[in-house]
Amino acid sequence: MEARRWNWHLWAGFLICLVGFASYPVIFVKFPVTRDIPWVNFLLLAAGLAILFYGLRLAFGDSAPYRGKITGPILGLLSALIVGLFCYFIFFMAHQLPVSAAAPHVGQQAPEFELADINNQPVSLAKLLSTPLPGTGAPPKGVLLVFYRGYW
Amino acid sequence: MRGIEKSLTDLEKLGVRPVAISVDLPQESRELCHKAGYTFSFLSDPNAEVIRRYDLLHPGAGHNGHDIARPAEFLVDSSRLIQWVNLTDDFRVRARPEQMLAAAANLP
Repeated sequence: MEARRWNWHLWAGFLICLVGFASYPVIFVKFPVTRDIPWVNFLLLAAGLAILFYGLRLAFGDSAPYRGKITGPILGLLSALIVGLFCYFIFFMAHQLPVSAAAPHVGQQAPEFELADINNQPVSLAKLLSTPLPGTGAPPKGVLLVFYRGYW
Repeated sequence: MRGIEKSLTDLEKLGVRPVAISVDLPQESRELCHKAGYTFSFLSDPNAEVIRRYDLLHPGAGHNGHDIARPAEFLVDSSRLIQWVNLTDDFRVRARPEQMLAAAANLP
């Protein structure tokens, strides 16, 4: 019997899935174009699954000259898990936000506050609105409050 | 934040002062500003009092189950009236600089 050939498609597909998953938090989340709709990662994951599926067909094909009847299904399952986890994060977890029904809306007064800046100096909303802007020398027409999750 | 830093001159030209608020401690924000080169104001609300006042608390969503702020942007005019609000429904997706500049251009 002829020795069966190494089925690299299975490993390549799995690796591409892995890269398609891990590259989102490491690289693509940094750019709005690839973050808001993670198309690069979806493309990588789809390519990975396609190559892996091709590898599985080779392993279980009629004459089956390729290896991979055991590693194939294992890598396939792992890749499916990776893709599932990614979809869970993008389509479900990222949407788990509080309703914030009582957040101030347009036309309301913004609640006053006083918080410490990076030099531990107290800064109030009134002060932010009255301190002249650099460059113009005039107080600002508005203050843009950007609440963010923080980096802990 | 990088988008805001990049648009800082344009925002200021329109008379708008951006301010970032989170539960991070002042020294943590100072390190962030230093590392990332942010030059606008960062304020620290470690007990989430103001975040609560604005109903933006995301309980237990931070590291080790810390309460943090959900992302949100408000444009407040000189008489302290809110002129524009952006509450995202996906914490990956924040207001884009173009949206903020458009809102700033509409200030009275």
